[in-house]
Amino acid sequence: MAMTITEKILARAAGKQSVRSGELVDAAIDVVMCHDVTTPPAISMLIEKGIDRVFDAEKIVVTPDHFQPAKDVKSAELHRRLDEWARRHRIKHYYRLGRAGVCHALLPEQGHIRPGEVIVGGDSHTCTYGAFAAFSTGIGSTDLAAAIATGRLWFKVPASIKIVLKGSLGPGVYSKDVILAVIGRIGTDGALYRAMEFSGPALADMSMEARMTITNMAIEAGAKNGIIGFDDTTENYLNEHLRDNKDYTVYESDEDAEYAAIEEFDCCEIEPMVALPHLPSGGVPVGQCSGRRMDQAYIGSCTNGRIEDLRIAAGIMKGKKVAIRTLIVPATPTIWKQAKDEGLFDVFYDAECVVAAPTCGACLGGFMGVLAAGEKCVSTTNRNFVGRMGHPESEVYLASPATAAASAIEGKLADAREVV
Amino acid sequence: MGKAHVYRRDHINTDEIIPARYLNTDEEEELARHCMEDLDAGFVEKAGEGDVIVAGDDFGCGSSREHAVWAIRGAKVRTVIARSFARIFYRNAINCGFYLIESNEAVERINDGDEVEIDFEAGLIKDKTSGIEISFSPLPDFALEIIGDGGLLEHVKKEMQGN
Ligand code: SF4
Repeated sequence: MAMTITEKILARAAGKQSVRSGELVDAAIDVVMCHDVTTPPAISMLIEKGIDRVFDAEKIVVTPDHFQPAKDVKSAELHRRLDEWARRHRIKHYYRLGRAGVCHALLPEQGHIRPGEVIVGGDSHTCTYGAFAAFSTGIGSTDLAAAIATGRLWFKVPASIKIVLKGSLGPGVYSKDVILAVIGRIGTDGALYRAMEFSGPALADMSMEARMTITNMAIEAGAKNGIIGFDDTTENYLNEHLRDNKDYTVYESDEDAEYAAIEEFDCCEIEPMVALPHLPSGGVPVGQCSGRRMDQAYIGSCTNGRIEDLRIAAGIMKGKKVAIRTLIVPATPTIWKQAKDEGLFDVFYDAECVVAAPTCGACLGGFMGVLAAGEKCVSTTNRNFVGRMGHPESEVYLASPATAAASAIEGKLADAREVV
Repeated sequence: MGKAHVYRRDHINTDEIIPARYLNTDEEEELARHCMEDLDAGFVEKAGEGDVIVAGDDFGCGSSREHAVWAIRGAKVRTVIARSFARIFYRNAINCGFYLIESNEAVERINDGDEVEIDFEAGLIKDKTSGIEISFSPLPDFALEIIGDGGLLEHVKKEMQGN
C-alpha cells in the first residue's frame, strides 16, 4: 500500500506493516522533549497518580527555556521542580543554565533528532524537528506525563497535505517569507489535524536552519506535524551534530501516496512578508505595510534565533545604528558563542542593540522585552496573537531576520532590499 | 444548567484563553482567575458554575499549554461548544477528562446569556431560554473511554495494572 512519509514512520512506531490516515495507533516514542512550563505540571500529575517513573532516562531531553533564567519566584519554583525531578531520575540529557537553550533550536543542534523517529514535546512548536524527516508533534502536559512514564502515546494518523515549493527564492527572500506566504494562503486552520509535507526544488537550496523555520510554523496552520524529506543537506547536518547514536532509518513518501490536498507555490514570486496582527496568517508583502512605525525589534526564538539568522541581521546592521529598541537573543549557548566568535556581537553593540542570553523570554511576553499598551514590535518569532508579547493592546508583526533588522534601522517596517 | 457565553469568533487562541504571562504557575485556581482575560476581561466575573463557552472554528489554537483547559475548568465552566477545535487543545481536553462539543447548529442558534442544559449521554443541548433543542454527536469511542476512566493518566494506570 502506498504511504506518505508520516504514515510510514507511524506504522513503524506502532509495529505495523502499514497504516492509513484516520486510523488510531499506539506508537512507541523515541524522544520526549521537556521544558519548564509544561513539564512541572506533568511531573506533579505523575507523582499524584503514583506512577512517578520515566520510561527511559536516555530518551528524555530536558531544557528550561521559557522563563530561563528564572524571572520571578513562581518561575523559579517551576525550575526547582524540573531540576529536582531530572536529577532524581538521572535524566541523561539535562541542560542546565549555561547549556540550556530554546528547546527547538537546542535539540537538533545537540544531536537529539534523527530521521524516521517519533518525537514528542510539551510544546506546540515541537513540529520543528520534522525538518529532519522525523514525525514530531507538540503535546500538552497530560500526554507528556503519559509519554514520560510509558514511552507510548495514541495518535490518529493524520492525512497529509503536500506543499510544493517550486522555483527558487529571490534575493533578500528567506524561508520565513515562504512559510508566511504559505500560511497566508491556507489559513491558520488550513492544515488542521493534518501533516504538512513540504517538498519541491526550493527546499534543496535551503540549509537545515532555514528548513526548521518552515516546519516550526506548521502548527500555525493547525498541522499536527510538518515534515521534509531527507537529502544531502540533512545528512551533512547529522554527520556534524549526531553524537553517540548515529543510526537512523530514512523513510520517504511513495510516489502514489495519497494526499488530502496539494498546494503549489512559486517561490520566485514570493516577496519578503510581514504577518500583520493578530494572526500568523495575516501575511502581506512588506511593500504593502512598509513605513508603519515600530517601537521594538526582536530577533530570536525557535523560529529565527539560529546562527544563520544572526548573520543575516548583522549583515544588514553593520555600520549602522538602530532607531528603536532592538533585542537580539541567540537561541542556544552554542549559537551565542558562535555569534560572539564571529564578531557579530560587535556589530550589534555598535548598532546599539542589546544581546541577551538564550531564552524564550519576550517571544511569549514572558520577560526581557515585554511590550507596553499600544506598542508595536517587528519580531522574528512565530505568533502575533493578541497580547502575545505583552499588553493586550500591543501589536506583533512577524517577519524574517532581514526585515526585522532593516525595520530596526529605519524605526518602521522596511524592505531589507532597499536598506543599503 | 448554566449560562452560555457566546463569542462568535474563529481562532480563539490559547494566548487569549490564558495569557503566557501567567504561565509561571500551574495552579488551576490561579489560572482560572485570568481565564479568557485578553479576549473578555469581564469573563471571570460573570462566569458561574456549569456555564458553557460557545465559539466558532478552531477554538484553542496556538500553544500546547494544557493550562488553557485548566483555566476553563478552574473557572467552573462545564464545557466548550465550538464549530471546531484546534488539535492539541482537543487532545488535552480529552486527556484531562474534559468533555467538548462540536456543533455548528449550537454556535448559530445559542445566544449570549441563554440558560442551557446539556445531556451528555443523550447528546442533547437544551436551550431553556429559547426553548430549542440541539442534538450533537458524541465524542469518538476512544475519547469516551479515556474520559470515562477519568482522564488519560487514570487510563494509562489501569492499563499498567492490567498488564
Ligand atoms: S521561542 Fe517562543 S515559540 Fe519558540 S518555544 Fe520559546 S516561547 Fe515557544
